[in-house]
Amino acid sequence: MEETQSKFMQKSSKRKIEQFGRTISFICIAFIVLIVLSILYFVISKGVSTFTTDGVSVIDFLFGDIWRPGEVGENGEPLVGALPMILGSFFVTLLSALLATPFSIAAAIYMVEISPKAGKKILQPVIELLVGIPSVVYGFIGLTVVVPFIRSIFGGTGFGILSATIVLFVMILPTVTSMAVDALKSVPRHYREASLAMGGTRWQTIYKVVLRAATPGLLTAVVFGMARAFGEALAVQMVIGNAAMVPTDLITPASTLTSILTMSMGNTVMGTLENNVLWSLATILLVMALFFNILTRWIGKKGAMK
Amino acid sequence: MSKISIKDMDLWYGDFQALHGVSLEIPKNQITAFIGPSGCGKSTLIKSLNRMNDLVEGCRIEGDIMLDGKDIYKSTMNVNSLRKNVGMVFQQPNPFPMSIYNNIAYGPRTHGITDKKQLDEIVEKSLRGAAIWEEVKDDLNKNALSISGGQQQRICIARALAVQPEVLLMDEPTSALDPISTAKIEELVTELKEKYTIVMVTHNMQQASRVSDQTAFFFNGRIIESGDTRDMFTNPTKKQTEDYISGRFG
Repeated sequence: MEETQSKFMQKSSKRKIEQFGRTISFICIAFIVLIVLSILYFVISKGVSTFTTDGVSVIDFLFGDIWRPGEVGENGEPLVGALPMILGSFFVTLLSALLATPFSIAAAIYMVEISPKAGKKILQPVIELLVGIPSVVYGFIGLTVVVPFIRSIFGGTGFGILSATIVLFVMILPTVTSMAVDALKSVPRHYREASLAMGGTRWQTIYKVVLRAATPGLLTAVVFGMARAFGEALAVQMVIGNAAMVPTDLITPASTLTSILTMSMGNTVMGTLENNVLWSLATILLVMALFFNILTRWIGKKGAMK
Repeated sequence: MSKISIKDMDLWYGDFQALHGVSLEIPKNQITAFIGPSGCGKSTLIKSLNRMNDLVEGCRIEGDIMLDGKDIYKSTMNVNSLRKNVGMVFQQPNPFPMSIYNNIAYGPRTHGITDKKQLDEIVEKSLRGAAIWEEVKDDLNKNALSISGGQQQRICIARALAVQPEVLLMDEPTSALDPISTAKIEELVTELKEKYTIVMVTHNMQQASRVSDQTAFFFNGRIIESGDTRDMFTNPTKKQTEDYISGRFG
C-alpha cells in the first residue's frame, strides 16, 4: 500500500521531460517578447524626444508640410513637418494595393479553382521566385525600366509616386497572391459541391460561394500586402525621387517615411533634433505596422465562421 | 414507371473499377435505398446520377443512365439543368456560411430568379416542404451555421427543394445526426416521396427497411440483389444479402 502510494506520488520521467520542454519554450518566448518590447521602447522613447526634448509640437510634426530638418521657420520653430512623407507612404500603399488586389485574386482563382495543375506546376514556382527577389533588385529594375518609361510617357523626371506604385505592385503581388491562394484553398470543398449540385455553374460557384466564404482571408491578404508596401524602403527610395514635398500629382518626385529614413539616417548625429525626428518617423511606421497587425487579426476574428 | 434506369454501367476511377455492370430501375415517386458495406460503390453510383462524379479526376463511365428516357451522359446534356432536376443532399449538413434565407434563395437566384416576392414564396414553400418552416420562420436572417445539425440538414433539404427538382439524391443524410433529428428526417423523406423520386444511401439497415420502397444491396461494386424492400428484408434470395442484413458482416 505504502509502496503504491509513493509510486503514484512521484513524478514520472515523462512528466519531468514535459516540464523541461515547457521551461525551454517559456524562456524562448520570454526572450522574443523582451526583444520586441525593448525595440518598441527604444524607438518610441527616441521618437518621443522630438516632442519632449526639442519641444516640437505633435501637431506641427504630423501636419506640418515643410520638411527641412536643421532649419527653423519664421516663428523660430524647426521645420520638421512629416505630412509629405505620411501622405507619400499612404498614397503608394493604397495605390499599389488597389492595383495588386484584382490581379492577385484573379491569379489565385485561376490557381485554385480553374487550373490547379498549371497553378501548381507553373504559377506556384514563379510566385515563390518573385517573393525571393531582393528588394534592391526590384528597385534597380524600377530605376532602369519603370522610371524612363514613365518619363517617356508623362514627361518630367519619371521619379514619383506612380513609379513607386508600379514597383511596389510587382513586389506585393506574390505575397498577396499566395495568401489569397491559401484563403481560397481553405474554403471547404463541400460548399463548392453544394453549389454545383444545385445546378450552379462553375463561375457562379466561384463568385457567389467561394469568394464570399473566403472574404476574410482575402482581406487579410490585401492588408498584409499593404503592410509590406508601407514598410518597403529601398526599392521605393530608388524610384520615388525623395523630394519631401506634399504630393500634388503622381509623376513629380515625392517621398515616403521609409525613403526619407534610409536617405537621412547616415547623415545625422545621435541626440540632435535631426536624428530624433527620424526616430519619430520610425515611430509612425511602427504604429502603422501595429495597426495593420491588429486590423488583420480583427478581420480574421470578425470573419471567422461561427 | 421508372424515373431513372441504369443499364450495364461500369465506372472506373483511373485504373480502379468501382462499379461492375450495374443495372437498376428507379421507380417514380418511390424511395430507393442503397445499402451495403463501406466502399462497395453505393455513393459512387448515387453521385453518377447527377454527374457529380465529373468533378473526380480520372472518373470514366460506360453504359447508360437514362433520366426520363434521356441519356444523361450524352454530350448534348446540359449538366447544370440536369443537376437542377436531380437535387442532392450530402452526408454532412453543408449549408453555406450565410443567412438561412440566402441559403434557400441561392439555387433559385443562380437560375435567374431575382424578384423578391417570388423568392420569398419559394423560400417559405421550400422550408415548409422540409418541415422546418415553423422552427426558423422568425430567424430567416440568422446564419445557417448557427442552428443545430439536424436543422441544418433540413435546411439543406429545403435548399435542394428550392430549385424544384424531380429527383432527390440523399447520400447518408442522417449519419451525422442524433436519433431524434434522424427520425424527423425519415418522416420528412416519406412525405417527400409524393412529389419527388428519392434515392437514398444508408448504412443503417433499419432505416432502409423503415422508409424505403425498394432496396438495392451493393457488394464490391456490384448490385447483388435489388427489389421490393419488404421482400428483401423478410426473404432475401441471396446468401450474401441475408448475411448482411442479419448483421453477420459489414
